[in-house]
Amino acid sequence: MKKGSWFKGFALVVTASLVLAGCGGNGNNSGGSPAESSSAPSSEAASSAPASSAAAAGDTVKVGILHSLSGTMSISEVTVKNSELMAIKEINAKGGVLGKQIEAVVEDGASDWPTFAEKARKLVSEDKVATVFGGWTSASRKAMLPVFEELNGLLWYPVQYEGLESSPNIFYTGATTNQQIVPSIDFVLEKGKKKVFLLGSDYVFPRTANKIIKAQLAAKGGETVAEEYTPLGHTDYTTIIAKIKEAKPDVVYNTLNGDSNVAFFKQLKDAGVTSADLMTVSVSIAEEEVKGIGPEYLAGHLVAWNYYQTTDTPENKVFVENFKKEYGADSVTSDPMEAGYTAVYLWAAAVEKAGSFEVDKVKEAAKGIEFNAPEGKVTIDGDNQHIYKTVRIGEIKPDGQIVELWNSGGPVKPDPYLTTYDWAKGLSE
Amino acid sequence: MEIWITQLFNGLSVSSILLLIALGLAITFGLMRVINMAHGEFIMIGAYGAYMTQQIFKSAFPASFFDAYFPVAILASFALAFAIGYLLEVSLIRFLYDRPLDSLLATWGVGLMLQQLARSIFGAPNVAVASPSWLNDGLTLMPGVVFPYKRLFIIALVALCLIAMYLYIYRSNAGRRMRAVMQNRDMAACLGISTRRVDAFTFAIGSGIAGVAGCALTLIGPIGPSIGTYYIVDAFMIVVLGGVGKLVGTVAGALGIGVFNTLFEWWTDASLGKVLVFLCIVAFLQWKPMGMFAVRTRSLDQS
Repeated sequence: MKKGSWFKGFALVVTASLVLAGCGGNGNNSGGSPAESSSAPSSEAASSAPASSAAAAGDTVKVGILHSLSGTMSISEVTVKNSELMAIKEINAKGGVLGKQIEAVVEDGASDWPTFAEKARKLVSEDKVATVFGGWTSASRKAMLPVFEELNGLLWYPVQYEGLESSPNIFYTGATTNQQIVPSIDFVLEKGKKKVFLLGSDYVFPRTANKIIKAQLAAKGGETVAEEYTPLGHTDYTTIIAKIKEAKPDVVYNTLNGDSNVAFFKQLKDAGVTSADLMTVSVSIAEEEVKGIGPEYLAGHLVAWNYYQTTDTPENKVFVENFKKEYGADSVTSDPMEAGYTAVYLWAAAVEKAGSFEVDKVKEAAKGIEFNAPEGKVTIDGDNQHIYKTVRIGEIKPDGQIVELWNSGGPVKPDPYLTTYDWAKGLSE
Repeated sequence: MEIWITQLFNGLSVSSILLLIALGLAITFGLMRVINMAHGEFIMIGAYGAYMTQQIFKSAFPASFFDAYFPVAILASFALAFAIGYLLEVSLIRFLYDRPLDSLLATWGVGLMLQQLARSIFGAPNVAVASPSWLNDGLTLMPGVVFPYKRLFIIALVALCLIAMYLYIYRSNAGRRMRAVMQNRDMAACLGISTRRVDAFTFAIGSGIAGVAGCALTLIGPIGPSIGTYYIVDAFMIVVLGGVGKLVGTVAGALGIGVFNTLFEWWTDASLGKVLVFLCIVAFLQWKPMGMFAVRTRSLDQS
């Protein structure tokens, strides 16, 4: 009896959902439903668009935004999506690109690499977007790369990464290794810290980054005392910390990604190790992550990026102010958010210069384009589609902000294959 | 020498954390046989319970009271997870008792929904929970050997939870009714026990203990919508290894996995250490498929 009534209820739900689905199907024909398919914020972008097959038909042009809005990476990627939407909104307010309003199609990569590839394909071949802004982990970029190359799409990737890549269909607006990791190791060595303990999450970015660091240390008189990897999402660092205490390094170079950083720094402090005892340099902790870890655990530790919320440029003051207005006074801005924001502006500038939304023309026009970004002037390098960026080493303060200790003095030319460094020969094979 | 003491303590500490994670599941899965994939999300609920308590204390009470928030947070986390667990049992789980595979899918779906709910309420980024100042620092045993107070506190909390659970399950009337229902549902019903109420209550208690675990984990780990996924595999592994349905098995399973994980990680690295632990578990379950402490009862033969 109990079972019977349950079954009836289930049948009712199924029937109801079928009816609803039927109604939805009718409604879909009139509106651009893919734009609203994944998440609410897509409504922030642009106007009511008529459904169209081509990216630039009518008064709007579609662009894709593809980040993890759910799953383990959403902690970081949601904020980049926000800054990209803000850039789109700003450009639309100024009249759009080539007189067309930009309409964002927001998709969720769900922290799952095959999903990134699948959604990228959907954006390019079904929504016919002019370009896509998206990705965070290298795994997601590697998953999307063949899709964009096959369909001749265009991807703007906004996060620092391990280098050794230069796809003709991707623009890299985050730092490559010689704009973040290599100078930060030089910085450490100049401070007289020779013994380096490498700690990273177990996937492509930390392993490749550490390969480069080891070669650099060997060439410049440093020493790699240990190299440890933990699975993504690892939450117990007591043993790693015991190993660090045993190895007595001068500095821990931290390429952990995501939530593991929280566990590592909390447990490091509990074990009685402070930034005064042990220098750490992190490359995946920005203002947003500091907020989630708790600044009291991180004060005094070092990070390497190209941009901080405190970076002193007129463009940054406006950027921070607008971002707080848009997403609340508690919100912070960080390097990948700035890179995502910059990417949208660079794309718009390239389109204006090309006078077209066609991928090949935009790529050609993008060469040498300059933009006064919040981090300072950036220029697209025509040879490898990376951008010139200023390198900055910062120290985390107890209020959660990061203060610059050192910078490279000016934008550094991107060199993803490290061809200008003698010690890096043979790394790219 | 120091390193051995440190590692021994670390092993014990990891075991205590694993046990805390698994205790709730030992009830919902171990006793009730619900393949509860939403267990991790109850841990997450507990963690956010601690966060909310902290925010309330920050805004409503003077700063000098702030350190008192943590004991309150433990109770609040338990209550919150208990309430949501109760709701879930009444609205969904009770329809699925004789369909274990459906319960797996349904609770997994519920887990995803809870994650997304947390993401909508609190935002996708992690939130920070400040630990009370009386838990900072640690006990220095000798130079180079520090036992952090937080870890000692978690060990004590686990012991307390274990004792409370033991008293409840084996020494109270409610616990006796619970065991009766789990061992022989029809007989218990014949004797006038409201099995439905016992089911709901038992599931809620399991969820509540997961909430306590989540609250304690804010001391040492991240607090975000997806933290449940980090702990769920370990929790199932412990309950299965220890022997489904036996509390003492869960304790032994947690101790075994914690100590071996720490040792293997020390000798090799984190990834390989975990692989070796899994290999050992697989080998052990080949030898003893029912786990370390098998329940001998005829009621199990039915399923």
